[in-house]
Amino acid sequence: MSEKYISRSSAIAARMLGGEMMIMSAVDSTFFTLNEVATAIWHAADGRTPLDEIVRTRICQEFEVDMETAARDAEQFVNELSSHGIMLLSDQPFESAPSPGAPTA
Amino acid sequence: MSLLYEMNQKALALGVPFDVQFDITYRCNERCVHCYLDHDDHGELTTAEIKDVLDQLADAGVFLLTFSGGEVFMRRDFFELVEHARKLLFNVKIKTNAVMIREAEAQRLRSLGVEQIQISIYSHRPEVHDAITKLPGSLKRSIGAIRFLKSQGLKVIMANVLMTANMHDHAGVQALARELGVRYSLDPTITPKMDGDRSILKLRIPGTELNQVFHNEDLIGDVDKFCAPPKAADEDDLDAYPCSAGHTTCYISPYGDVFPCVQFPLPSGNLRRQSFLDIWKNSPQLAEVRGIHARDLPVCSTCSHVSACTRCPGLAYMEGNMRGPSVSDCEKSYYRTGIPSANMMRGGGLSSGERLIQIQSLTA
Repeated sequence: MSEKYISRSSAIAARMLGGEMMIMSAVDSTFFTLNEVATAIWHAADGRTPLDEIVRTRICQEFEVDMETAARDAEQFVNELSSHGIMLLSDQPFESAPSPGAPTA
Repeated sequence: MSLLYEMNQKALALGVPFDVQFDITYRCNERCVHCYLDHDDHGELTTAEIKDVLDQLADAGVFLLTFSGGEVFMRRDFFELVEHARKLLFNVKIKTNAVMIREAEAQRLRSLGVEQIQISIYSHRPEVHDAITKLPGSLKRSIGAIRFLKSQGLKVIMANVLMTANMHDHAGVQALARELGVRYSLDPTITPKMDGDRSILKLRIPGTELNQVFHNEDLIGDVDKFCAPPKAADEDDLDAYPCSAGHTTCYISPYGDVFPCVQFPLPSGNLRRQSFLDIWKNSPQLAEVRGIHARDLPVCSTCSHVSACTRCPGLAYMEGNMRGPSVSDCEKSYYRTGIPSANMMRGGGLSSGERLIQIQSLTA
């Protein structure tokens, strides 16, 4: 199975409020709040660290959850955010995280 | 109850400013007959000052940021400011007349991830729209801009302020919005000028027209529900805050003055002299606004409309008392339901020559 890399989309707004991460898509105005685990994945989505490694080093250790459960939940989470264009998925590392301010080509 | 509403309630409980409107200039290329602003530049915040304020707003937890004016595109640094705001991950909305937006500007707004652009359209007829804006060709240019923005996939809202000059054109504007594939919103509110001049209030649509608007299914949706008599007020209604002004929202002027809301010109601090959080947490004016519950309103707490009234404390403040009734909202409640407000029954109202409280800068 190939590795999966995740990167935060530039077309989003995000802010922490009372320990919860709020995210809104600028594309379709979908609004999400992330729980603590999802927020940890969100912060770790640098486009260069494989999802498996994020789950192993950030989720299993910090939240005391087994690898199989955490990997399944993480996969579901990133797929949902990806379907709204909020998270970008690739089987290759991203060159760099896109900046919201950068004009597109 | 939407998730966004829930988060707003959470922000209220935590004392976090959730939503800020930032007017970055009062200069404008239109001269709308109903506008409440003074368009001269009296010392706008510089680019660096605005960026610093944006940094402070992000640190304070602000999530929803609306850039407005004046006309935002009158500032040559506008895109630089939006870019800075987006790097800080604000949800950015823009209010504009759009006459300076062409294809390149639309592309830039799209690439910056702006979530929503609200554009003022007064009529589908150029002779009516352009007479209100006093800018020949403005309707054509604004509609052209909407097409550019839509072609970029941006979300556009067509804001239709109703006044005497265009009160019969809302159906045409609504049809135009449908044709362009954008959302339509209607607002019959005309506010006094910032210097206290109430002369533009004569542009407000008459009550008979307001009544028709409120009973128009195409504009309102479920008329029976919208115009239903108010329910009897319970303890929760009387404990409620009048609105979010000063609680989860505030307004910042181009000169750095902070107010509870764009329609609530109570000077509460200046960002050239104080930090945003200092003002937000320690302003006596904001504290006073936050201390007012519906039960504290001497007239409105006795009114049958108190559970459903759209009473604007800012308009009440401009009429002389932030705890008093807002006459225009009394009228809205009356024309919506046919039931007079407590203030109307006691003969409350403004005399035509009365001078309102003015926006004033805080002295150093």
